[in-house]
Amino acid sequence: MRYLPKSPSERQEMLAAIGTRFVEDLFTSIPEKFRLRAPLDLPGPLSESEIIQYFQARAAENARGYVSFLGAGVYQHLRSVAADALIQRGEFLTSYTPYQAEFAQGTLTAIFEFQTLMSQITGQEVANASMYDGSTALTEAVLMAERLTSRRHVLVARSLHPEYRQVLNTYARNLGLQVEEIGYTACGQLDRAALKPETLSRTAAVVVQSPNFFGVLEDVPALADVAHASGALLVTAITEAVSLGIVRPPAEADIVAMEGQAFGIPSSYGGPYVGVIATREKFVRQMPGRLAGQTTDAAGNRGFVLTLATREQHIRREKATSNICTNEALYALAATIHLCLIGKEGLREQALQNLAKARFAQAELENIPGVRRVFTGPTFNEFALEFPRSVKMINSELLREKIIGPFALGTQYPELTKRAVVCVTETTPRGEIERFAAAVRRILERPV
Amino acid sequence: MNPKTSDLETPIRNVGKARAHVSQNEGLIFEQSAPGKRGMELPPLDVPAVDPAKALGSEFTRAAIDGFPEVSEIEVIRHFTRLSTWNYAIDLGMYPLGSCTMKYNPRVNEFVARLDGLANEHPEQPAEVSQGCLRILHDLQKCLLSITGMEAATLQPAAGAQGELTGLLMIRAYLESQGNPRHKVLIPDSAHGTNPASVVIAGYEVQNIKSNSRGQLDTDHLREFVTDDVAALMITNPSTLGVFEERIAEIAAILHERGALLYMDGANMNALAGVTRPGDFGVDVMHLNLHKTFSTPHGGGGPGAGPVLAKKILEPFLPVPVVVQKPDGTYALDHNRPKSVGRVRAFAGNFGVLLRALAYTLAYGPGIRQATEDAVLNANYIRKNLEPYFDLPYNLPSMHEVVFSDARQKVKGVNTMDIAKRLIDYGFHPYTTAFPLIVPGAMMIEPTESESKQECDLFIDAMRSIAAEADATPVLVKTAPHSTRVGRLDEVAAARKPILRWKPTE
Repeated sequence: MRYLPKSPSERQEMLAAIGTRFVEDLFTSIPEKFRLRAPLDLPGPLSESEIIQYFQARAAENARGYVSFLGAGVYQHLRSVAADALIQRGEFLTSYTPYQAEFAQGTLTAIFEFQTLMSQITGQEVANASMYDGSTALTEAVLMAERLTSRRHVLVARSLHPEYRQVLNTYARNLGLQVEEIGYTACGQLDRAALKPETLSRTAAVVVQSPNFFGVLEDVPALADVAHASGALLVTAITEAVSLGIVRPPAEADIVAMEGQAFGIPSSYGGPYVGVIATREKFVRQMPGRLAGQTTDAAGNRGFVLTLATREQHIRREKATSNICTNEALYALAATIHLCLIGKEGLREQALQNLAKARFAQAELENIPGVRRVFTGPTFNEFALEFPRSVKMINSELLREKIIGPFALGTQYPELTKRAVVCVTETTPRGEIERFAAAVRRILERPV
Repeated sequence: MNPKTSDLETPIRNVGKARAHVSQNEGLIFEQSAPGKRGMELPPLDVPAVDPAKALGSEFTRAAIDGFPEVSEIEVIRHFTRLSTWNYAIDLGMYPLGSCTMKYNPRVNEFVARLDGLANEHPEQPAEVSQGCLRILHDLQKCLLSITGMEAATLQPAAGAQGELTGLLMIRAYLESQGNPRHKVLIPDSAHGTNPASVVIAGYEVQNIKSNSRGQLDTDHLREFVTDDVAALMITNPSTLGVFEERIAEIAAILHERGALLYMDGANMNALAGVTRPGDFGVDVMHLNLHKTFSTPHGGGGPGAGPVLAKKILEPFLPVPVVVQKPDGTYALDHNRPKSVGRVRAFAGNFGVLLRALAYTLAYGPGIRQATEDAVLNANYIRKNLEPYFDLPYNLPSMHEVVFSDARQKVKGVNTMDIAKRLIDYGFHPYTTAFPLIVPGAMMIEPTESESKQECDLFIDAMRSIAAEADATPVLVKTAPHSTRVGRLDEVAAARKPILRWKPTE
């Protein structure tokens, strides 16, 4: 087997050194009746070229060559060859969590840079070394708010990503946390009138997403004022991180839970991505996840270590801030490299292109008879449209033309049937936007 | 006081595996930034430009981000390449971290994960154009079920700890459906820290139980703890001492008699794959760490994936969605599962990690047993060769890892961390220190199957040499490492006044 570096005679030599002849002798602590007699029922072994063939065949069964107008928490953005090449360096790819700092300064320095970039982008004071993804970062942010306030009630915007809400509910259910949903207004923002002071005064956190699931930007400073007036915290989720190239960061929020996939990480059918928690310095000891910090050695050299580990499970066990251990370090690195490459001007230009293209697509689509905008609030690169026919029907027609249509809202929001969220990024060519709009027009012109 | 490094004989000119080599100095990327530089260009905008202040309202826009990097592509390449050379990696040599299973990460797995048609699929795209992704997930489930002898699977958990939580939530939902979720989960004192932390998030109370003098779970002792209020026992098998729980079937029976379930932390599955199956010895639910046993790269701390495998009785409670094959042979995501514990993560799991694990499994097929045998062979070979030099607190047969202690070196004031740091000077990554907690001064060594006899011999030589140094010149060991860019870093200062980000100098 190509991954195993021992010859049969070396195995024999090693067994002899141990003082035995058969490798089976090393497994005698497993009760006899539980030792497998027959080989496992598994496909393979496959050579490298056969493995490639298997996966190429699977790739051909997917949406290769389709253009997509799906966003909904996962975005197609520009990626660079350099970033992908760098994360494949064995020294990054095949190294462990940097607990042995002297031998892992590369990873630690990169984490410190990641934390810096995430703080700058979110307008927060500190950020951690990564969480699994945006949905679990959001849930952990809520648990953190619970610890900080000792309150057990949470007000969650219905315009928060439905799958994020589901994850939060899974965690909250057994922890005695009450999660109450707050509706949205005609402009698509959280209904501030539904935030009652009597509820807020026992609320740990108000949770919003901006841009929210409908693509609408929330008024974070105003929401922070409302929450703070009653001693509640404001937790803000961000799924479309590229928006922060031009959109005002949620600096007034107390905790930001962000999905960093938009920073050059492939959509990869759902993961791995990179979650982030950013917050105020004074809350850092209640933060979950790893943190890299700057320090020095005895000779005064600058170096980095994992720090404040007394928050973590390997030290505190059942008293830890979270059970998280493994995080998404390699994709935090990918995002770091991507952001260094695209840089200050590039990130802004990228965000501007998203805005311009989304506006262009919106105008094209709104020109179609019967198609209209659902919400009046400001949007970045996603916007909700109402169609005169079922979105499911439209999408299945679009699929025949190799177009993956917008995200249909009806399943998650029964009150929003015939409505869908369209996403357009800098990677969507104008020609494809026009082809999409023309196809929608044609489909809607057909007799029912 | 410790003498200065320069006062010491630091024999790193040329040891068996390593010799000194220049590494590049490199500041933070922010310190190289200058206005007007960039490392990536966008294609020109092909639609009319929009003024953000007009489009969004000035209250919703921001100015350019202060202090954000402005660097060229070559600077980024050099920066991160230089940083990378400051790391150790499996690609450089043995990484004997106990409990971490640092094995070779096959390159073909990286290649297939990047294929167009797999890397760029959107998790919300329709199932009819996702058949390839769904089949990959389904095929992996089948492989994992076969390897573990279990009956139902979810691939959604993002890492081992989330797998633990998912398994516990399934236990809770199952017991609730029986009328009483119960309050306690038992955890042996040798367990990973994630176990108790996950128990708390699942809404249970942790009850710690002590291992016996042989490091095993005492069944009589266990019987006293298993009441009708105990939901489950979480056990790691082989234990964190690298020893198989010989009475595992009896342990399962004790729990089952009282209506409790047996959870197995599969972190050490690298000792078992192809040799024995948890499903056969009474485990009700378990997780696997695909970034350990199934070779997906650790990447400096993640990503991982923590699939959960369970017996039939727990199947209704799997997180949504569940990957299923329909009667017509096509694949789908089943969301309609009323008894489900819910969702533990957005979308379909860490697909890119899952895909790599399948590529690994396909490479071995049933031959995965050979990998297990080699891993156990390596651990026992190292144990045999180091036993004369280091204290072995629990003298039971080792499987894939061996746990020594620093008891013999301690008399000279040298502890496990010192020895670990000195290993760096010999060109090896340290083993796991200070874990499991039941071994004071633990030195936990897991070589994995990826190491040749030659690499094992070099490691043994290094450890023997350090044992000699600890005896003759303990200060040399206590002040190690001597060969790295930085010496031991001041962790106390780092925690006392945390500096967690770079800031522009005023």
